Amino acid sequence: MNLLLAVPFVIPLLGAGITLLLRRSPRSKQIAGVVTLAAVVVDAVWLLWLTADGTVIASDAGGWAAPLGITLVADPLAALLLTVSSVVLLLVLLYAIGQDIGGLSSATPQTFHPLYLVLTAGVCLSFLAGDLFNLFVAFEVMLTASYALITQAPTRARVRATMIYTVVGLTSSILFLTGIALVYALVGTVNMADIAIKLDGAPDDLRMVLALLFLVVFGIKAAIVPLHFWLPDSYPVAITRISAIFAALLTKVAVYAIIRTQTLLFGGDDVSAVMLWIAIATMIVGILGALVQDDINRIMSFALVSHIGFMIFGLALNTVAGIAGVMVYLVHHIVVQATMFLVNGLVRQYVGHTSLRSIRGLTAVSPALALFFFLPAVSLAGIPPMSGFIAKVALFQAGVEAGGWLTWVGIGAGLLTSLLTIIAIFRVWTRAFWGTPLPDMLTARAELKRGPDAAGLRMMTVTTGVMVGVGVLVAVLGGPLVDLSFTAAHDLLDGGAYIEAVLPGGGS
Amino acid sequence: MNVPGLVLVASVAILYSCGFYLLLQRSLMRVVFGIVMLGHAANLSLMLTDAAITLPPLLGGPDGPISDPLPQALALTAIVITFGVTTFLLALAYRVWLGDANDEVPDDLEDRRIGRLSEPEDSA
Repeated sequence: MNLLLAVPFVIPLLGAGITLLLRRSPRSKQIAGVVTLAAVVVDAVWLLWLTADGTVIASDAGGWAAPLGITLVADPLAALLLTVSSVVLLLVLLYAIGQDIGGLSSATPQTFHPLYLVLTAGVCLSFLAGDLFNLFVAFEVMLTASYALITQAPTRARVRATMIYTVVGLTSSILFLTGIALVYALVGTVNMADIAIKLDGAPDDLRMVLALLFLVVFGIKAAIVPLHFWLPDSYPVAITRISAIFAALLTKVAVYAIIRTQTLLFGGDDVSAVMLWIAIATMIVGILGALVQDDINRIMSFALVSHIGFMIFGLALNTVAGIAGVMVYLVHHIVVQATMFLVNGLVRQYVGHTSLRSIRGLTAVSPALALFFFLPAVSLAGIPPMSGFIAKVALFQAGVEAGGWLTWVGIGAGLLTSLLTIIAIFRVWTRAFWGTPLPDMLTARAELKRGPDAAGLRMMTVTTGVMVGVGVLVAVLGGPLVDLSFTAAHDLLDGGAYIEAVLPGGGS
Repeated sequence: MNVPGLVLVASVAILYSCGFYLLLQRSLMRVVFGIVMLGHAANLSLMLTDAAITLPPLLGGPDGPISDPLPQALALTAIVITFGVTTFLLALAYRVWLGDANDEVPDDLEDRRIGRLSEPEDSA
């Protein structure tokens, strides 16, 4: 049993228990949370170091050899996503703590820290799970924590949003379970490496049905069109730190699951044409939705949907370059999307809401805020030299290499979406950040700066700044990131290293 | 196909169709019942993966025939999860009922506003 693989979900679960015990002392709860997540970050970086050359580390829990026991697997893709996710989780927790020490949030519920750590455990286990049922359990751990987190500080709107979110999430979980039952009936195993070997001999039409079923299951959670309707309804309603983490991570975990199942289990060919159509629809529908919204959080949620389309596009190409592009895009988008929501949280702190109808002149209220909005925003739109540009270029290059008329339509849709993203972002910029601030915004700022909340606000601002810095760092490290992605994508499409690590000697 | 198998297949089919029908209703209680039925359907379909499901798992003696214990273990885990989340859903439905005094899924106000954008000004 390799302990490195167990740390990312065992430690947060332990931490969740400890924070539950520390009910009376908010400070020690915050310290426990930060220490736990820092340990996860260290572990994730270590795993990334070990797997960066394309090594796959597998570990059997309890010593039960692979097809029988619970297997944990870290390949470069999993380790990379684990690292980025844990860094983002840590920064968002620091932001939340800043909000709490300033008393800026209206009374954080007792359950925030334990639930947040359980969510962390679920996210990390999803990346490391080596069998389908374990992936299901990890998803459930993550989703159950998210159901409870989204109702924090319940208002009527939040309860309504949670209802939709929970019912949709549960439906996709049940379909997932059905999918596992069908796979088990067909090949008699739930270990992914073992399924990959045994599905090779399965009838083509059955494989196609299973591939489509899993695409629907994870597609609901990744919010691909036409299964996206629940996302812009539920994410913006939650409190800032929660929507930041949901938008950054939950949909990406689902994208990761799509990559894992479609490449390893089904070889990707079966549904790639369907996925191209889905990608095109997701990009266009998402960004058109963003253009008519009036609330910054809702705009960002629709933009999130459209950018899931880019990832599906790269995956649909089913080439090494395409999947490498998806990986760069995932890293870029996790960081940038979280930053955008944290900035929106700061806007809400200054103005009290995020509706574009009554915000003006934020640049004059807080120049730092304007900068923090501008950098990730242009990155999201894919303007050079930001990380979004690198990610988009990687995807479009892969598309050009792959060729085919549908791929060209996809590239066209991607370019159009990038243009429309710029329009959506500059709509926010001109309406919220430009112009003379409303008088009550200036008095609100003066009160905020003088009041007892100043320290908390400073911590929130600094954390957001660090997050923006991480976003820039992704662009600076673009070269190594692309190299790593190509190594990982090569292994993913080949599948040999993964299967060999889990089942030494090819199973049987 | 033997008789228990056929009964199981029929139950699974009925549970899935009734579950999805109820899920599409507007009343939250019906939605919750739909989720419960779908959960049962998924668990039963796990049972369907083994033809010898009527035999005892593990306890058939050293030589006797036994059924495959794995689907039963999977179903057990899944039952616990669906049970827990269903309880949460019921609490939420109660909360909605307390707040709105009815248990219908409410409209999305923002969506309606966007919908009105496409109508001509004078009709509003």
